[in-house]
Amino acid sequence: MARTIEEINEKIRAGSVVVFTAEEIIEVVREKGIKRASREVDVVTTGTFSPMCSSGAFINLRQEQQKMKFGGGYATLNDVPAYAGLAAADIYLGATALPEGDPRNNNGRPGRFRYGGAHVIEELAQGKKVLLNAGGYGTDCYPKKRREQMIGFEDMNEAFLFNPRNCYQNYNVAVNLSDKPIYTYMGKLKPRLGNANYCSAGQLSPLLNDPMYRTIGIGTRIFFCGTEGYVVWNGTQHNPDVPRLANGTPTAGAGTLALIGNLKDMDPKWLRAVSFTGYGVSLSVAVGLPIPILDEEMMRFVSISDAELKAPVIDYGVFYPTGEGKPKLAEVTYEELKSGTIEVNGKKVPTGSFSSYAKAKEVAGYLKSLITDGKFFMTQAVQPLPGPNHK
Amino acid sequence: MKKKKVVLTFPPSSVEDPIIYHLISDHGLKVNILRAAIDPGKLGRMVVELTGEESRLSGGTAYLERQGIGIEPLAGEIRHLEDQCTSCTACVPVCPTGALDVNRETWMVSYDADRCVVCLSCVDVCPYRAIVSHF
Repeated sequence: MARTIEEINEKIRAGSVVVFTAEEIIEVVREKGIKRASREVDVVTTGTFSPMCSSGAFINLRQEQQKMKFGGGYATLNDVPAYAGLAAADIYLGATALPEGDPRNNNGRPGRFRYGGAHVIEELAQGKKVLLNAGGYGTDCYPKKRREQMIGFEDMNEAFLFNPRNCYQNYNVAVNLSDKPIYTYMGKLKPRLGNANYCSAGQLSPLLNDPMYRTIGIGTRIFFCGTEGYVVWNGTQHNPDVPRLANGTPTAGAGTLALIGNLKDMDPKWLRAVSFTGYGVSLSVAVGLPIPILDEEMMRFVSISDAELKAPVIDYGVFYPTGEGKPKLAEVTYEELKSGTIEVNGKKVPTGSFSSYAKAKEVAGYLKSLITDGKFFMTQAVQPLPGPNHK
Repeated sequence: MKKKKVVLTFPPSSVEDPIIYHLISDHGLKVNILRAAIDPGKLGRMVVELTGEESRLSGGTAYLERQGIGIEPLAGEIRHLEDQCTSCTACVPVCPTGALDVNRETWMVSYDADRCVVCLSCVDVCPYRAIVSHF
């Protein structure tokens, strides 16, 4: 059996497309088997909602009557510095940027990090205005040297998220073997294996459902924070060559995606600023990726369950920061992680997640309804992402 | 026997009085101190669980009121802002009593004030600032 993207889109138009989420499909395949399920099902939707630090917004500001050159100058939004080394009116605001000397952030160790670039992005998405403070050196064509103004979307020609690295395909489980509590991007880790934090939607996670990047690639249309977005490149640190299980899924962080989408169209519900005590500011984004069931192999991939996905347990007390000590303490399945405790070095360790499975279910369910309602169509990737053993 | 968790606010003038001693010896209540911030000359706050017969509880409460000590139910001390919460579960393993827990069918996180001991462990670990405390 084989099916093309065009055939699926035809069925979406006709209202006869059959869609399940990557969670629902596990039961469907258990009941019907791979062969029958792949004959009957056209699309499987995935979802994730999680902090993804490598996120940010490109903003092009409308010029005032007297123009100013931002490029080579500086710009802050609510005191958070944006990158201004672009053309006359383009800036880039990164999610993790922090205002200098802000008491909301620099309030002693471990520090609360209550305000940063992600919060500015969140406020803009909520329709609020933020304070622009910018300066340029003045040229014959751009004479203005200072600009201070409350700005919102209406003052921007374009505002789009461009996230160099999102949707990590699998991720570390973080623990702390040391004798003191530590504050990391994987949260607060209590000493001597006091807790274990993970960050993946597991069986619902986008790239774990297309582990060999057969359908996803440059140009793939996705659900992105409440609107349509696109995969524009492999994400930074994309590493398809990590060891894989027999089912094709990687046993550590592997592939990543670079994503783009119109910030002006995004729903603030799916775009949330987060503060990691003792670490910094980040942005949680929602991504839903539809997987076309082209053949039986794709059905086999999407039916892989939490019990068949493994993540490495890593010590963030010593190994992660210094590279010394044992690289991997254990390998655990997502089923074990989601049970609430895992076993590491003979000790039962309680688990928590930063990736919201409840929201991942909501994203995958919503994308499913968009497709069945004829409001979201599948795309053929222009170019596949680098796969295992690529050169 | 009845139990109730309350937040006591001590005016600076009564911070040095042995209030808890009187609650135990004169009013026959079991007092379990869950959290306390008491400094001489300053406003003091204490989260306590009081256990005793109904009549003893009301006697103890009346005594506290006579001493000018504020008594509020615990419910307002820690608030779980459901609109802010994304049910990521970061708080679940750090909660020592299971007051913050996740339903492993729906994956929604919930907060049970009756089980909370106001240790505040969760406040620090919630990236969405969905758990707030006035303590």
